[in-house]
Amino acid sequence: MDVKTGLFYFFSAVLLFAAFRVITARNPVYSALYLVLAFFQAAAIWILLRAEFLAIALVLVYVGAVMVLFLFVVMMLDINVDSLRQGFWKHFPLAAGVGVLIVLEMAAVLMGGFRISEEPKAVAVLGQSVEQVSNTRELGKLVYTQYIYPLEIAAVILLVAIIAAIALTLRQRKDSKHIDPSVQVRVRSKDRMEVVKMPATQSFAARDAAMPAEAIPGTEKQP
Amino acid sequence: MTLTLGHFLSLGAMLFALSIIGIFLNRKNLIVLLMAIELMLLAVNMNFVAFSHYLGDMHGQVFVFFILTVAAAESAIGLAILVLLFRNKSSINVDELNTLKG
Repeated sequence: MDVKTGLFYFFSAVLLFAAFRVITARNPVYSALYLVLAFFQAAAIWILLRAEFLAIALVLVYVGAVMVLFLFVVMMLDINVDSLRQGFWKHFPLAAGVGVLIVLEMAAVLMGGFRISEEPKAVAVLGQSVEQVSNTRELGKLVYTQYIYPLEIAAVILLVAIIAAIALTLRQRKDSKHIDPSVQVRVRSKDRMEVVKMPATQSFAARDAAMPAEAIPGTEKQP
Repeated sequence: MTLTLGHFLSLGAMLFALSIIGIFLNRKNLIVLLMAIELMLLAVNMNFVAFSHYLGDMHGQVFVFFILTVAAAESAIGLAILVLLFRNKSSINVDELNTLKG
């Protein structure tokens, strides 16, 4: 058993443990942190498979952006964990049965039929040793030539995601003194000032004489 | 014994099964459901990278690249909907999401 095999088993064990803790942790914050650990182990396994660019992209994009977003949301929401955990173990026998069935079936098929262990053939075609082929360069050549239209569609998908996320969560606060410039520009003097027709007032002396004693001057309603 | 393609595919299968168990267990907690979906996508990506390495074909890694893009967009929109839901219902319990009687 060489070093690479040992590293694979170590990373796989940590990855499966982290995945198990993600789905069973009581606190969702712990779930998110164990998911970060799982992504790190997956990146290490991808480096064993010589996919360096994707491993680094997984760490940067997932751990750096998506998981931080998850952590923000988990910590922002005030979740009552106990009500969400009701019936947690009730479904465990069914879930464990389905999971073990999936693993056994797929392992029986995969370990029997996919015993490929030789090095990649494409490298041998190029006539270079494995160390001289840059994974990032090869991936970039493919993405920017053959897959250029899918790349642009992916960019549009990201743009749609940005706009959708902002549009969903944007709201006007009711207690802020917010001014809308477009409404300010569109206002006319007719809307601002209202001329109220009033009857001609009588003289002050006659009014004071006619007024009851308990009424306060200035607050009575004009007819 | 050396590593074969079957090792990596079995690892992906186990990861996928674990996330299915997670969806069964956490059927009330929406945020752990989203995390289980992320784990499923990771298992699929693991299969793509393993096939790409052992068959010597770079196209599999391009697919992983696009899956990462779509998964990032999906989780961003999913979390935005989650925040909006919590603001309206003060809860993320899946059982209470019965406003649209299907």
